[in-house]
Amino acid sequence: MKAKLVDYRLLFIVLAANLALSLWRPETARLAALNSTGFLLEVLSIVPPVMVLMGLLDVWVPRRLVEAHLGPDSGAVGAGVAMLLGTAAAGPLYAAFPVAVSLRKKGARLANIVIFLGTWGAIKIPMILMESSFISLRFALLRLALTVPCILACGYLMERLMPEQELAQTEQELAQPGAVDA
Amino acid sequence: MMSAVLYGGTALAVFVSWRLDPEKTRRALRIGAKSLHGLAPRILGMVALVGLVLALVPPEVIRKLFSHGGIGGFSLVAAIGSIVTMPAPIAFALVGSLFKLGAAPASLATFVTTLTMVGVMTAPMEISCFGKRFTLLRQALSFVVAIVIGLAMGVLL
Repeated sequence: MKAKLVDYRLLFIVLAANLALSLWRPETARLAALNSTGFLLEVLSIVPPVMVLMGLLDVWVPRRLVEAHLGPDSGAVGAGVAMLLGTAAAGPLYAAFPVAVSLRKKGARLANIVIFLGTWGAIKIPMILMESSFISLRFALLRLALTVPCILACGYLMERLMPEQELAQTEQELAQPGAVDA
Repeated sequence: MMSAVLYGGTALAVFVSWRLDPEKTRRALRIGAKSLHGLAPRILGMVALVGLVLALVPPEVIRKLFSHGGIGGFSLVAAIGSIVTMPAPIAFALVGSLFKLGAAPASLATFVTTLTMVGVMTAPMEISCFGKRFTLLRQALSFVVAIVIGLAMGVLL
């Protein structure tokens, strides 16, 4: 996973767009720069420690442990564990990607990875509190009741749609420097 | 506040790990640094993009867009939620004010679901972690799910 110039493509494109915007609508460009700075601070307050924690998880947590709870034979318990992990963590979805990668490396099955990511995004205690105070408790609980089965369905469907071999190949490629072009 | 807890907790974890096994800890830090280095370009791209899109589509604009009803309004809401990524506090405030403005709970449910599960702007980072196919599939499925949830909410509420 070494950074190459081509990986910076998106950054350059957006910077160019910002530059063009600053000539045409300087106010909006300034706002964009302010937003980006704020968002960068948020990312910096989350991502580096998460990466370090994942490194620790990598060396300390035995593969057996993850495989037993989230692996191919984990069944309903695995889905439950994935959901618990997803709701217990706070933070935006992009913070979940490195965690998911680590779990995957340790042998978690794909369905559980998708369930984990979905739960991390859509089911959050603060979110439920917010919804029940702004809208209604009924709204919050109903959304929760509908979201859980949908996320589970997503997970198992994804597993069907993504052949294990292909995924392993993708992961191998991603481990190679500068392999992906997005 | 959260970042202080996160940094503090991480520092503590590193310290404990170091006391237990310096060699393992060194390896862990190397792994962490390497993955951060690998993700950095995509993260910076994402940061720039989020800033630009939020400047072009401020919450006020989204609020205006929510006044459209019907299927068109519904799809629009799902699309906005998919594209825009915003920090949680802003999202909460936005959802609250949308409801006060009379947005239908069904479309709010769809909005919240796409906002949290689908992220066009965080896709570059997801692709560098899991590849294109995974990212596309997961986001497309989540999008469909959001629509289903919204429609079901409309019927049940």
